[in-house]
Amino acid sequence: MEQERQVLVIFPHPDDEAFGVSGTIALHIKNGTPVTYACLTLGEMGRNLGNPPFATRESLPHIRKKELQNAARAMGITDLRMLGYRDKTVEFEEEEALASHMGELIDELDPSLIITFYPGYSVHPDHDATGAAVIRAVEKLPAGKRPKVYCVAFSNNCEEEIGQADIIHDVTEVAHIKIATLKAHVSQTQLMVKEMEEQLKNNDPMVMARVNLERFWTYKF
Amino acid sequence: MELVVKEQVQKELDHLANKDVYIHLETTNGAYASHFDETFFSSGAYIRNAYLKYEHSKIAGDGPYRIGLKTTIGWVYAEGITHFEVDNQNRLLLAGHDFNGKLAVTLEISETPFE
Repeated sequence: MEQERQVLVIFPHPDDEAFGVSGTIALHIKNGTPVTYACLTLGEMGRNLGNPPFATRESLPHIRKKELQNAARAMGITDLRMLGYRDKTVEFEEEEALASHMGELIDELDPSLIITFYPGYSVHPDHDATGAAVIRAVEKLPAGKRPKVYCVAFSNNCEEEIGQADIIHDVTEVAHIKIATLKAHVSQTQLMVKEMEEQLKNNDPMVMARVNLERFWTYKF
Repeated sequence: MELVVKEQVQKELDHLANKDVYIHLETTNGAYASHFDETFFSSGAYIRNAYLKYEHSKIAGDGPYRIGLKTTIGWVYAEGITHFEVDNQNRLLLAGHDFNGKLAVTLEISETPFE
């Protein structure tokens, strides 16, 4: 993995970082690179509330905020920004205003690497809108001043259209941090992590690969 | 939240009638429904802090329940309600959770705006 000067991670929901990026974040922090995580919403519209329910539509954001803070702590992130947007409304924000907000973060932090979602290939409308705003902001910088942008993509058609991921990080050495991060988002991951730990114990190759390898597409401007 | 007790919910609905109230109404099948099943038609609706007054309300059905609010010039209704709670801010929270514990519908009524 390349050594970075400053990493900026931008995702719309608490837990978006957990599945495919938390290992990479942990590795950068281990390498002494400062990582800022900007999270646009508090996942207010999450549907996993249980039956019997453990939370309400109104109490969920408070729970997920704490989980996000715990996840940041698990990864070693000391600069967590909660940007105050609302879950499932990001795509309806005024595009230029959202891109400017992303631009302010980029100006302030001057990252050498940004990690976000690949616009158009990230399934959830908030994911695509967040990625698009970040790309729009970076595009405004002169070509020589642009940070690298690594995108996460997982739509069913993504490999057909944008090819294979060109960046693959083996995060095996920090897999325990990744599991701890997943566990921190307990309201969202409870059942899944339990199953996953069992499969890891049994060396299930599919699950090992999913946990240990993180894949990114370098955005080409 | 607790399982709906029809009489109790009706009492809470009556209590909020003829007052200026804020409504949160939402239906959702989740943002990933068509990702996991491409034949699934994804739909949903959401309104937060609709400000209105209803003069009459009714909870109907044998569970999951249906709830209708009749306003001076229209209606609000929700279907599939399974759980309720009056929270610490005195808001009436009603929700329908599916068989896997996922929220499918919410109707909430409050005398103060939702955050």
